[in-house]
Amino acid sequence: MAPAVKAGVWLAFVAAGLSTAAARADLADVERRDELRWGGDLQGGEPYVFEDEEQPGVLKGFEVDIAEALARELGVRPKLIQNDWSNLVPALERGDFDVILNGLEETPERRQRIRLSAPYYTYGETLTVRAGATYEDLKQLEGKRVGSLNQTVASDILKASHAELVLYEGQQEPYLDLAKGRTEAVLLDHVIADRYGCVLPELRCLPGDVARGHYVLGVRQDSPALARAIDGALEKLSRTGELKGILTRWKLWDARQPPLQGASEPPVVAEPKAAAPPSVEAPVARRFTVGHAVLFLRGAWVTLLISALSFALASPLGMALATLRLYAGRAGRWFAAAYVELFRGTPLLLQLYVLYFGIADLVRLSPLTAAVLGLALNYGAYEAEVYRGALSSVPPGQTEAARALGLSFWQALRHVVFPQALRTALPAVTNDFVALLKDSSLISVITVVELTKRMTILAVELRDWITPGLMCAALYFLMSFPLARLARRIERRLEPSAAAADGAAT
Amino acid sequence: MSQPIVHLSGVGKRFGARHVLRGVDAEVRAGTIVSLVGASGSGKTTLLRCLNGLEAIDAGRIVISGHVIEPSPSDDALTRLRADVGMVFQDYQLFPHLSVLENLCLAPQVVRKYSRAAAEKRAHALLDAVGLADRHRSKPTELSGGQKQRVALARALAQDVKVLLLDEPTSALDARTRDDIVRILRELVQRGAEPLTLVLVTHDLPLAETLSDEVWTLVEGRIAHPGGSAA
Repeated sequence: MAPAVKAGVWLAFVAAGLSTAAARADLADVERRDELRWGGDLQGGEPYVFEDEEQPGVLKGFEVDIAEALARELGVRPKLIQNDWSNLVPALERGDFDVILNGLEETPERRQRIRLSAPYYTYGETLTVRAGATYEDLKQLEGKRVGSLNQTVASDILKASHAELVLYEGQQEPYLDLAKGRTEAVLLDHVIADRYGCVLPELRCLPGDVARGHYVLGVRQDSPALARAIDGALEKLSRTGELKGILTRWKLWDARQPPLQGASEPPVVAEPKAAAPPSVEAPVARRFTVGHAVLFLRGAWVTLLISALSFALASPLGMALATLRLYAGRAGRWFAAAYVELFRGTPLLLQLYVLYFGIADLVRLSPLTAAVLGLALNYGAYEAEVYRGALSSVPPGQTEAARALGLSFWQALRHVVFPQALRTALPAVTNDFVALLKDSSLISVITVVELTKRMTILAVELRDWITPGLMCAALYFLMSFPLARLARRIERRLEPSAAAADGAAT
Repeated sequence: MSQPIVHLSGVGKRFGARHVLRGVDAEVRAGTIVSLVGASGSGKTTLLRCLNGLEAIDAGRIVISGHVIEPSPSDDALTRLRADVGMVFQDYQLFPHLSVLENLCLAPQVVRKYSRAAAEKRAHALLDAVGLADRHRSKPTELSGGQKQRVALARALAQDVKVLLLDEPTSALDARTRDDIVRILRELVQRGAEPLTLVLVTHDLPLAETLSDEVWTLVEGRIAHPGGSAA
């Protein structure tokens, strides 16, 4: 074969490979799936994306409307993938959804990491202080505590200023803390400030924007065609006035909105000037409905399911590790000890991140699989120590007696040592299961909406932490308490009865 | 006279630098009762444990009920040996998580692969023989010391052993219970279709003399008067 032909064949292979790889994540895939999966966080609440108070489970918000319009332009259906806001970019990169559409601010750093669409909204950074305070701009807040949200442009501005940055995860808490005097000011997008801050009587929003910037969609680097299609669709929505219609309907259209031209600049610090008159009211506090209760129960079910599955794996894993550590050769003992120290010595949160994001290029685990696996691997280490202690507590004479009866080493372990060790381990094991039930709330960082996440979403929606908090606590208690009771009963049944021994003839 | 069922030649055992057994030569005839006596630390319990393979010997050779025990026996060889040579521990070591009946049935079912029904039938017969027919459902913690000893005896016999090793079978018992155990041991040796051989370690010289056909005295790791009676 001539070298040129060879090279040609080689190139064709590479091209085929590239196009397949691209199609996997790009527009063609969205079309094949007939679904535009967009990542957002329900905890962001009104007006971005939130659940309908009348019909929990039904989505509302200006970004829901934009997603619908965009999907319609692409000829597919929109589907929200719930994801913690602060993890939207890594989750996009690992392919959990096709685009980010959730108040994602345009920044040079983000543009280097992922593709950013044309803007769909211009926001201003609003500085909010207590009504009686005399602060007039950010400079006067030098050395003072100023609240903001993690991963936002507002938090970047504060980092660059001389104020002390206090980070929050939800958009209501910064204002509640400000009103209580825990901070001196809050810097956040006007969309949030207008609804959650300026409406509180204790607070005052300073006129003029500290900075302005744009909300954009995020698209993976390997999806150029999807990015182009999104930009095309946005341009059309803007040109036909549909975007303006959506923004107006959500009381978001204001003087900040330029005739969106597609070209955009990074956020710039603007001169203070008269802000648009606040045209919005605070979102009405909602009532807790039956629908909410159903969502809560669903969250509890997810928590219970994941806890049960992961513990069902962690238990045998711990038993195997303990057996290795006590009875295996040097390599096995070393492995078991290293495993326990590694998984016990690093945070569960970190392990979940590694499983879900860290190894996503090698193994693409679904959120549920990663959650179950992460909890199982972590708790396996703790169970290993529980079982090691329990196995060691069985007197060596018991193994010897079993061996003297002709049982092999493994038969002696299985029939004599393990059953006694299990009985000893039961209280600690039950304790660990209850701990796992509660630790499972950590899995919300890898997009699983379990009980605690459901509670925080609802608390933002209801403007109330007490009712959802109590309900959440009650559900955890209802799951853990019967379990503890059951374990106690089993324990009592397994215990050799002391009373009977005392009463026995001598 | 019956054939020797246990044959020891030059058996040696040491723990580190300490020589516990220094060349033991002896024979036990089938169907007899042999008592091992001697001061504490004379090596009698070690010798008993060597007969069952619980301690590996360092030197010499033991032939017991047709099984040859050499310095490093395989697991299989030990399992076969233990099917013929039972052991009753000084502290009984009954399995506390199992009932009396289950204690007796475990080895026949797991090692001998007897059916549950067959194992239970045999276990009931043995419990009857040691006078505990009505306690088969009890847990070991519910039994008195003498009852535990009888269960331990029955458990060791549940596999049709030819040789039964007993470590201080009466040390923890009061006089009346001790007499019960002695009576049961005598009956066991006499009643089986095949002769049962007993080797027991004891501090109790009167017991050794009344119960045994032979008394071996261990002194510094050797048998002082094989075949003779205790001094």
